Amino acid sequence: MEENVVLMARGITMTFPGVRALENVDFTLRRGEIHALMGENGAGKSTLIKCLTGINDFEAGEIRIAGINGPVKNHSTKDAQSVGISTVYQEVNLCPNLSVAENLFIGREPLTALRTIDRRSYNTRSQKIMDDLGIAVDVTQNLENYSLAIQQMVAIARAVDMDCKVLILDEPTSSLDDEEVEKLFVLMRRLKNQGVGIIFVTHFLEQVYAVCDRITVLRDGHFVGEYLIEDLPRVKLVAAMMGKNLDDLEEIGKENVRDISKNPIEISARGLSHTGTVKPFDLDIRKGEVIGVTGLLGSGRSELARAIYGADKASTGTLKVDGKEVKISQPIDAMNLGMGMLPDDRKAEGIIGDLSVRENMILALQARKGMFKPLSRAKQEEIVDQYIDLLQIKTANKETLVKQLSGGNQQKVILGRWLITQPDFLILDEPTRGIDVGTKAEIQKLILKLADEGKSILFISSEISEMLRTCSRMAVMRDGEKVGELDHDLTQENVMKAIAGGEQKND
Amino acid sequence: MTEKSFWKRVTGSGLLLPVMSLLLVMAVNIVFDILSGNNPFNFFMITLQQTTSNGSVLYGRIIDVLNRGSEAAILAIGMTLVVSSSAGTDISVGSVMSLCASFCCMLLAGYGVSSTNELAVPLVVGVLGGILMGSVCGAFNGTLVAYFRIQPMVATLILYSAARAVGLLLCNDLIVYVRNSSYAFFGSFLGPVPTPIVITAVCVAVITILLKKSALGMYIQSVGINAKASRISGLNSRRIMFLTYVLCGTFAGIAGIVASSRITSADSNNIGLYLEMDAILAVALGGNSLGGGRFNLAGSIIGAYTIQAITTTLYALGVSTTQAPVFKAIIVILIVAVQSEPVRAYMKKRRLARAAREGGAV
Repeated sequence: MEENVVLMARGITMTFPGVRALENVDFTLRRGEIHALMGENGAGKSTLIKCLTGINDFEAGEIRIAGINGPVKNHSTKDAQSVGISTVYQEVNLCPNLSVAENLFIGREPLTALRTIDRRSYNTRSQKIMDDLGIAVDVTQNLENYSLAIQQMVAIARAVDMDCKVLILDEPTSSLDDEEVEKLFVLMRRLKNQGVGIIFVTHFLEQVYAVCDRITVLRDGHFVGEYLIEDLPRVKLVAAMMGKNLDDLEEIGKENVRDISKNPIEISARGLSHTGTVKPFDLDIRKGEVIGVTGLLGSGRSELARAIYGADKASTGTLKVDGKEVKISQPIDAMNLGMGMLPDDRKAEGIIGDLSVRENMILALQARKGMFKPLSRAKQEEIVDQYIDLLQIKTANKETLVKQLSGGNQQKVILGRWLITQPDFLILDEPTRGIDVGTKAEIQKLILKLADEGKSILFISSEISEMLRTCSRMAVMRDGEKVGELDHDLTQENVMKAIAGGEQKND
Repeated sequence: MTEKSFWKRVTGSGLLLPVMSLLLVMAVNIVFDILSGNNPFNFFMITLQQTTSNGSVLYGRIIDVLNRGSEAAILAIGMTLVVSSSAGTDISVGSVMSLCASFCCMLLAGYGVSSTNELAVPLVVGVLGGILMGSVCGAFNGTLVAYFRIQPMVATLILYSAARAVGLLLCNDLIVYVRNSSYAFFGSFLGPVPTPIVITAVCVAVITILLKKSALGMYIQSVGINAKASRISGLNSRRIMFLTYVLCGTFAGIAGIVASSRITSADSNNIGLYLEMDAILAVALGGNSLGGGRFNLAGSIIGAYTIQAITTTLYALGVSTTQAPVFKAIIVILIVAVQSEPVRAYMKKRRLARAAREGGAV
């Protein structure tokens, strides 16, 4: 093995029933580098990582680790940890009700001579670990008292402390805001300087260019290439991931200059609120309008949408749909008024994992029709086929369980679920989170197309650029309060200013 | 791979292992009969026997399994739905059976009467009353689980311990006998066929039609897999969960009437005793996860009959009644182990390896 290389995978091949998930994939990680693993949804990134960490049993190929003779084959994450491979996932897999120190040492607690847990050294050692990594926390506090970013860093600290040579970060930034991401990057650079090799999986291109040294691109389970970051500008990276030359995202720029000011008002909220999450707000949405709701994570942007939809029943205020005052106490009421909502937490509130793609897509329409008016199987298949086609959902077949699909395709299934109900007003809460660029562009185009058809859309996204491309107006949320609306001079800078608050309020 | 082979369909439906388990039990019977020099297919022999009270009726070990397994099979229907929707079990069904039987007999005999030949109210009133009592118990459980969000085990523990006592209370602490041939019908014969078999068949048919002709099956599974997402998609998750408990209680009521009719009395202390465990086991033997979600009703019913077949087989083998549970346990361990995740994964791996070898050779 070359000097400096800590992990080398060669010719990894892995098959799932009917699908070749990885075919002859190579991957090389060196000491002290941050290496981005890029690819669209379903390209095989997760599968490769699962092969490295022992969750998947690959069929062919070999993995070599510095300092270990012969190929390594892990059969569990524990095996992987014992050879120095640790993984931190998007969802923090720690115990929120234990202290930071307990989380750091869970399962490997320092013991006293009497084989009892040595609490004193426990806390001092933990504090030292955190201080060394520059993470400012009190290790005796419960983990749940800290932000998601800190929790993620604790997970990383735990991984690193277990003598890891290879640290895998799988979408660690999806739920973090910009400031938190920056903190994470500081930590990553520090670890890199200590000689840890880091594999970084993310969908945010700018983050790749902010921290990474090298990029490996996968496509359809194949190895496309390994590049130094300076050799692969953004456009080329996108092209490598998608296998074509395309600047789709730029394309849908300025076409959203439709005049909708004459359109009737579809949704009108007055003083709507949900106790504890969103303060009373007013909001009007016109037919055919795409309105964005922006703000930091936790600013109440999702909660605003949920109060309209009845996902959280509004505590105060009135809501008019098509000029008529309505009462919404649960989602089905909203659905019967022609609404739909794609929630931000796909796993918890979106997909029904053990149901098939067909059942997942047909569910909302069926719920609207009622239990005793079942859609015939033939009808279901006809509708589902049409939308699988329209949304280009990649699935082995209609009866595949939705949990077996990649994240982006799951998201398309849920999108399909709502499109099938032909809604007049659709709430899309982070529809593009954790989704590759190609699919993002598709979804953005779809939003504009739906608006052209006269549907109203409430769009929430953490990516301002994405909202600028699609929205004609934006509501700004801060600390659970709607603090303003922007309807002209929509630029990244103006939106940021409005979110941050301070001098100007552009309404 | 355009046409699914028959074998693929069987293995894909999730019924393979439950059916295999049942076949295994039957095979034991065949081996035993061969060893003891009987007709190897004694287990499957169905003969017509003359009885004094019911004319000629079907007789045989397999009929016995179907007949005696009726209550467990009826309970297994409701239990399957409850497990699917709420990832919990209704442990009150055995006690609820007893309560329903007591209530039905009390209605038929009149309060405080310990033995009667004449019915105090029309038969249909008593029977429907008994079944309705089951629905009420189910509604009580369902309210606690779905609306008060109490863990199913704890919520149904209430009626598990209380229902029998309430039944005794209704019967004035007596064992009420309803010695009337019209009441005995539900536990005896319809023509040559044991009535419990017919009742079970009707229950299965009704629920199958309900699941086929409505979206209930998908609703229940959807709620069981992800109640939050189901709600966002327009399902009333709580109400659906509630409904499964009502159905489960109703089926317990029906099973209670059958059990009581067999002995033409309401023996509060013994009707349905430990039957909730058989029902839960039936669901598990049917290949259903007790963690909720996807369910396979046919599997559960096959599971219920498998349990009865084991019991009947053990008696036929001459195992004493007191020792039978030990052998039953051993067989159940085997069946459950074969269906467990690690064993399945191992089998799958071997299958894949074989396919790979064959693929490589060609």
